[in-house]
Amino acid sequence: MSAEPINVKQELDVRGAKCPIPIIKARQEINRIPVGEVLRVIATDPGSVNDFKGWAQTAKNIELVRQEESTDSSGQRLFIHYLRRLA
Amino acid sequence: MSAALLQPEKATLNGTAEELRGYVQSLEARLQDLETQMRELRERVPESRVSIVVMSGDLDRVLAAFVIATGAAAMGFQVSMFFTFWGLSALRQNRKLRGKRWLEKAFTLLTPVGAENLALSKLNFAGLGKMLLRKQMRDRQVSSLSELMQLARDLGVRFVACQMSMDVMGITAEELLPGVETGGVATFLADAAKSQVTLFI
Repeated sequence: MSAEPINVKQELDVRGAKCPIPIIKARQEINRIPVGEVLRVIATDPGSVNDFKGWAQTAKNIELVRQEESTDSSGQRLFIHYLRRLA
Repeated sequence: MSAALLQPEKATLNGTAEELRGYVQSLEARLQDLETQMRELRERVPESRVSIVVMSGDLDRVLAAFVIATGAAAMGFQVSMFFTFWGLSALRQNRKLRGKRWLEKAFTLLTPVGAENLALSKLNFAGLGKMLLRKQMRDRQVSSLSELMQLARDLGVRFVACQMSMDVMGITAEELLPGVETGGVATFLADAAKSQVTLFI
């Protein structure tokens, strides 16, 4: 995945956390960054892919800029979400 | 057909002052009527709100209710949870027997107190199944019901205990967690009518 780089303001590590914790933590974290900036969320929960899509569809104040999938050195699948705070 | 017949309002503009006054008055009345209708319509449009009735006192079902409630709150929904009958057990923090009638005492003793003491709807095996589920949840880093309840409160979820069920089961407000409101069917319906999502669990 080599799309253009996204300027990330803040990173949130929710590896290991299960539904609904990734969304809850991301919500708390995105309130701490300025409007217009991007939060990068690193999760291991495969359900988070659809969860972040659903959240972005419902909420008016966030935009799901991109979602990526990768694997860490131990072979663990990672799901990375880029969220922009809109308001 | 003349233009006056097709557009009677315009025709009156050429009339006397008396006719004009009448025209303005009828316009004002129509405007007021429209404003009232608009206001009524606006009240009927659902808000970003979720209302959940929790009737079950089963650990698995209450867990599902709180996963949805906390998730919804995080997504920006206003969330209201209404606890009725067996669902009240999740909100209890202690057991009080003093001043209760014998049937109320029996209910008090035979129903669980608090999130930690709820049983599974299936495979409970006198608590063994529940113990194993909780171990599995811990191992898999799934939040416990108590943690989700605390999160729900932190996220501003509204907790309403059904007063009628409390009366039937002899549960007093002092037995419930602090900050829990009490209400009835109208309290639920007032929130539910404004909700995009309503659930009965």
